[in-house]
Amino acid sequence: MACEQWQAQLDAYLDGELTSEAMRSLDAHLRTCQSCSADALARVQFKRSIKNAGMRYTPSPELRSKVQKRIGSGPRRSWNIAWKLATAALGLVLIAGAVGSYVGHERLRQQHFYSELADLHVATLASPNPVDVVSSDRHTVKPWFQGKVPFTFNLPELQNTDFALLGGRVAYLGQTSGAHLIFQVRKHEISVFIFPESSASWTPKDSKVERRQTFNVEQWNRGGLHYILFGDAAPEDIQKLSGLLKAVEGS
Amino acid sequence: MPLFDQLYNFAHWLTQDRDDAEDLVQETFAKALRGFSSYQQGTNFRAWMYRILRNTFLSSRTGRKAMMTVPLEQDEDGPVVAAVDTKTPEAILIDRSDQHFLQESLDELPLNFREILLLCEVEEMSYQEIAETLGVPIGTVMSRLSRARRALRDLVRGKLQGIQKG
Repeated sequence: MACEQWQAQLDAYLDGELTSEAMRSLDAHLRTCQSCSADALARVQFKRSIKNAGMRYTPSPELRSKVQKRIGSGPRRSWNIAWKLATAALGLVLIAGAVGSYVGHERLRQQHFYSELADLHVATLASPNPVDVVSSDRHTVKPWFQGKVPFTFNLPELQNTDFALLGGRVAYLGQTSGAHLIFQVRKHEISVFIFPESSASWTPKDSKVERRQTFNVEQWNRGGLHYILFGDAAPEDIQKLSGLLKAVEGS
Repeated sequence: MPLFDQLYNFAHWLTQDRDDAEDLVQETFAKALRGFSSYQQGTNFRAWMYRILRNTFLSSRTGRKAMMTVPLEQDEDGPVVAAVDTKTPEAILIDRSDQHFLQESLDELPLNFREILLLCEVEEMSYQEIAETLGVPIGTVMSRLSRARRALRDLVRGKLQGIQKG
C-alpha cells in the first residue's frame, strides 16, 4: 500500500478508531516507514497541543455549590440512585477506553516525550542566547531559579572535574515549568532537566544511560523531582555527571 | 457531580463568555434533572449530558447567532475518503508559551469545527459518542473532524508565520 493510503488512516488510528487488525498493520508500517512515523508524531503533537489548549476554563466554586444545591433538592428521589448508576457506567466505559488507548499509545507517548526533550535540547543550543542565567557559579545559578520554578534543587561542586556549568533557563514540559541546566564536558553540551515528577505525560522509570533519538539519556526520580540528563556526550560522561548530581541531592 | 468541570469548560468554549457559560451549565443540570426519566439506562450518559448542553446553547440567542456563521458544507455526507487529510502536516512546534495562538485560533474557528475538536481531543470521545452528541452520522463526524483539524492547522500556521515576518 502506498504511504498516502496509510496516511489517510492516521487520524483514525491516533483517535483509536481503527479495528485491531487495521491497527496492527498500520503499526507494522509505522515501524518501518520514517516519513509516516514522522507524520504520525506531528499529528500526535498537534492532538496533545489541542488538548492542552482546550482545557482552559474552570468553574467557580460558587457555581459548583449553586448547581450542587439544585441537584440535592431535586424532585426525584430516584434521581440520586440513577445518577450514581449512570456515573458508575460512565466510569467503566472510561476505564475500558483508557486501558485500550493506553496500550495503543504508550509507544507514541514515549516517543513524544523524548522528541520533546530533543526539541528543548537542540533548540536551546541552537539559540544565540541559550541560557538566561550565564554563570559557572552554582551559587549564582541556583538562586536565580527562586520564584521561577515551583521547587528547589542542589548543584554539585565542579572544581577538579571535567565538567563546567554554562548556565540555566526555565523550560516547559507538559505545561509545567522546570529547570534546564547546561553543562559542558570536553566541548559536548549536556542538558540537565529537572521537573516535578508528575509533569510529564509519560513518566519513565529510573534508568541507566540509554540511547534515545540518537542522544544519550539517563534519568531518575528523587525527592518528588524527575531528573533527566540529555546530550551527545559519551555514556561514561553522562554517568559521571549523574553521579555528581545524585551525590549532592542528599546534602 | 459527574462531568461538572468538563461541561463547564465546554460551555465556556461555546459561549465564549463566563456569565453565559455559568447560566448554560445551570440550565443544563436543571434540564437533566427534570428530564432524567427520558434518559435510557444503558445508553451513553455522557453523550446525553453534552447533547442537552449543546441543544440548550443552540436555542439561546448567542447560540443561534453563532450557528449563523457556520459555513454550509454541501459535501459533508459525501464519501469520507475524499475528505480525509492525506497531506503531511508540517510539524507545528507549539511552544508552551505560544499556546495562546492555539486558543485564539480555536476561538476563531466556526462553531461546528470548534465543538467537534473539543469533544474529540479534550473529552476524548469516540466517534460514536460524538455522533450521538451532535446527532449526525459517523461518516459526518470523520469528515468534519478532518476539516476542522485542517482549518485549525491553517489558522495556527498563519499566526506563527505572521510573527516570523513581523
